[in-house]
Amino acid sequence: MRTVGERIARPDSLDKVQGTAQYVDDLSFGAMLHAAVVRSPLAHGRIKKISTAAARRIRGVHAILTAQDIPGQNLIPMIQPDQPLLAAGEVRHIGEAVALVAAETKSAAEEAARAITVDYEALPAILTLEEGFAKREIVQHWKLRRGRPCDIFSRHDVVVVENTYQTPYQEHAYIETNGMIAVPETDGGITVYGSLQCPFYVQKAVASVTGMKMNHCRVIQTVTGGGFGGKEDAPGLPAAMVALLAQATGRPVKYILSREEDMQVMSKRHPGKIVYRSAASHDGILLAVDVDYFLDAGAYATLSPVVLWRGINHAAGPYRCEHVRVDAYAIRTHKVPCGAFRGFGEPQIVFAHERQMDLLAERIGLDALQFREKNALETGDHTVTEHELKESVGFKDTIIEVRRASNYDRLKLEIEKSNGARISENPPNPKRRGLGWGCCYYGVGLGARGGYLNPAGASVVISSDGSVNVAVGTTEIGQGMITVLSQIAADALGCPLEFIRIMPPDTSRVPDSGPTVASRTTLMSGNAIADACRQIKSRMAAVCADYDFSKIIAEMKSQAVAASARGETHPKSDFHRIVTSSYTPSNRASGHWSEEAWLWKATIQRCVQNMVQLSAHGWAVPPQTTYDGETGLGDVYVTYSYSTNLVEVEVDIETGETTVLKVWTAHDVGKAINPQTGEGQIEGGVVQGIGYGLLEEHVLATDGSKAATRKTGKGGPFPPGRILNDQFSTYIIPTPMDIPEIHSLIVEHAFPYGPFGAKGLGETPIIAVAPALVNAIANATGIQLREIPATPERVWQALKQEASRRTQQSPRRSRKAASAI
Amino acid sequence: MPEEKSPQSTSEKFTLSRREFVATVGGAAATSAVLSTVDLGVLETPVFAAETPPVDKFHSLITLRVNGDTHRLVIDNRATLADVLRTELGLTGTKIGCSRGECGACTVIMDGRAVYSCSILAVDAQHGKIETIEGMAVGGRLHPLQQAFLDHDAMQCGFCIPGQLMALKAALDRNPNLSREELRYAISGNICRCGCYANIIDAAEQARPVMKKV
Repeated sequence: MRTVGERIARPDSLDKVQGTAQYVDDLSFGAMLHAAVVRSPLAHGRIKKISTAAARRIRGVHAILTAQDIPGQNLIPMIQPDQPLLAAGEVRHIGEAVALVAAETKSAAEEAARAITVDYEALPAILTLEEGFAKREIVQHWKLRRGRPCDIFSRHDVVVVENTYQTPYQEHAYIETNGMIAVPETDGGITVYGSLQCPFYVQKAVASVTGMKMNHCRVIQTVTGGGFGGKEDAPGLPAAMVALLAQATGRPVKYILSREEDMQVMSKRHPGKIVYRSAASHDGILLAVDVDYFLDAGAYATLSPVVLWRGINHAAGPYRCEHVRVDAYAIRTHKVPCGAFRGFGEPQIVFAHERQMDLLAERIGLDALQFREKNALETGDHTVTEHELKESVGFKDTIIEVRRASNYDRLKLEIEKSNGARISENPPNPKRRGLGWGCCYYGVGLGARGGYLNPAGASVVISSDGSVNVAVGTTEIGQGMITVLSQIAADALGCPLEFIRIMPPDTSRVPDSGPTVASRTTLMSGNAIADACRQIKSRMAAVCADYDFSKIIAEMKSQAVAASARGETHPKSDFHRIVTSSYTPSNRASGHWSEEAWLWKATIQRCVQNMVQLSAHGWAVPPQTTYDGETGLGDVYVTYSYSTNLVEVEVDIETGETTVLKVWTAHDVGKAINPQTGEGQIEGGVVQGIGYGLLEEHVLATDGSKAATRKTGKGGPFPPGRILNDQFSTYIIPTPMDIPEIHSLIVEHAFPYGPFGAKGLGETPIIAVAPALVNAIANATGIQLREIPATPERVWQALKQEASRRTQQSPRRSRKAASAI
Repeated sequence: MPEEKSPQSTSEKFTLSRREFVATVGGAAATSAVLSTVDLGVLETPVFAAETPPVDKFHSLITLRVNGDTHRLVIDNRATLADVLRTELGLTGTKIGCSRGECGACTVIMDGRAVYSCSILAVDAQHGKIETIEGMAVGGRLHPLQQAFLDHDAMQCGFCIPGQLMALKAALDRNPNLSREELRYAISGNICRCGCYANIIDAAEQARPVMKKV
């Protein structure tokens, strides 16, 4: 049976509904200690003295470590070598770790952490992007130069729109906070268990600080309660902390971050500022864009250079645009380091270009959809980086699908009519409906800057009973990797799905397979599995071709019947023990093997008897990509996924509140290996996108000067730069009450290099939702927001300003204008 | 927010049925006589916090009734129900996402109502009948809600799922005729960052008629 393309249930879901899935905090080890961390209360300061004497006297304390106790390098290796594990001499953001404690209980560790006093001298802190740019605190600067945009903008026969856009911090808000356990091994190694996306990043961090060889640092991913990018590089920090404490005490050490700590100190989506100028011809051709793109990197570079790079590569959206100038900067500030978040540098700039598209369309007098369709990338076109798209370009089909499913043309008229009717109601109905479009494309995988991180490995081992262990270096974080890779393995081997087990990721099983990011897992791990399976299949064919299996199957069946007659374990239940995590409707439904399963078991038995090697390591290397650092041009990604969103909102013009009524969202994914998990990714991305567009932002203290100048920094609760909303009651994410009707639509333009034609899907669903929402608010009310989230306060303010602007502009028409919005 | 009620609510205390009254008196006698839990379990005796024998200033000996089993434990007075379930009883299916009653991952059922176990002290939970995710599948058979979650792919990372299941079970046990909108409200105190809400509510709708029959 072919499973690719089928709606197969997740093999790991049975554990998840029974509460038996083991997340990191569910594990404990004998004699385990608990960690706590002393963190900086200042955005910027010099450490004058750390006093630990009082803390050492607390009962149950086993170790207190500061920067000077680190046996290896005090460095978390990322793109730029700038981030220490523990601040040495200087603290550069609030929440930066200064000292570590391990104690018998969590409360003893926390008490000891509170008893450690650190004397700081406050230093001036850079807390805004603008200030950082003025001081040339530039982590990274990328350029993109194509054509001659200056010539276009100086022409008189073009429509030009220029705006400055602002986007907020976004918190990953995975419900499971970050957490790690380090266990010392008898041979001197350390095994780290934890909630993470990228085991090999964690391995490098642990090896760096402990000074141990990488083969002594083993990292095992536990079931992970959400990542979204937040568990990409950031888990390296808690992992390195517990590893150091385990090394120092010789005992297992657990560290689970509290929600507040996680929100204060772990990575987030970069706040962005985009100065965007676009030009189009009067007949609706997008001619040029001219962009300055800024991201607030925070105190350390972490992944900012590559987050920024992805943004610049998608600067003009999925449209033809021949004249482009972009300068992109990641700015260093004294704030929490930002990192990866689903979309990775795209949502910020996509918000800008999709707002620009609507504003251009309005100026030209075209429908927002028509204008996009006119400029949409098609096969044979070039992207902004002059990448010629030779295949798998399904963008136009995503537009067509959304238009069809939403019945757009009729819906648009219907909404115009209903808004008109509401205005004339007595008293007037304050709710206005509106439609908004948002489109994007997404380069799949790490691309040309990914370098050695691009390849992925897989190990496939078949046991004599036919069961298959598959190990990969990428991780399941809820996105459905286990399900999708099981399907790829089953179909590549030609065995029934219930024989496949995807092993928990472990750095000791496969070579460095890069990170679980950039919607690359299905593509890269899928291809590595397919490679291993091909090797095994060719060896199997040598002994199985033309062999008649009927006799061997009959024999196995009679053996099974005899065994079960003797009351021995039924082979089925025996197998169940082997694949404990496996759940499929077929193995649940019957206690008997299917004919297909018998044939598979018989095939494997014949291979075993003939001493065929039933194991292989697979390796996948993506096709060549290119990049020119001077111009920013090149075939920067192997391929692209495309997406189109249409949202319908209702805005209350008296309160500024926006309700999302419906979302139509179409995605060209190449091939949906499992449409069910694919739809789950789409719906989840849309929900997060609604949060980004309407609700979510961090508010930072700006005026805490008194507290900041105190010697210890402990004086006031809100020193400048501190995140004020670090809980779910103040950082608001969508609840079940906030979700609209979501129509997920999948378009398949196969990508020849992908497994079964698949590209990536994880990220496109979130990227273009926020601009679609703001475009819909504009459509409903006439206000043009340049900043998200579009909270009721912001919308209400904009409505007031718009009303007063109209009053000033034309006093005679004011009454009509005010009632129209 | 899931419905949450104070375990110490006065109306509860003084509206005991005759059967419960007899059981209480019998139970109190048993408590003072022996520390064995066997008889208490059979009698399903509520034990009030006031009767908790203190072990020392910081610890108490408590009785917890969880998934039909009765446990006697010495606990830190500050321990929450979530802490005790997870660390003392090993029932780690109940998750902790925020420790302050905001995310819903720790939702369990106490006396038929969904409550945040991170926001209830274990010493205050001991008169209640507590259900956790581990008690949901009986005799290896999945509860209709669990089965529906599998059928509708109503999960991604899975961390909030035990809480979602508990909140829905409490709601549907009390009223198996809830509308889609009411089901949505029933889980409004349980956040899912993966955004599986639509599938979760679809699953609840599938389980609803099955639970009605039972």
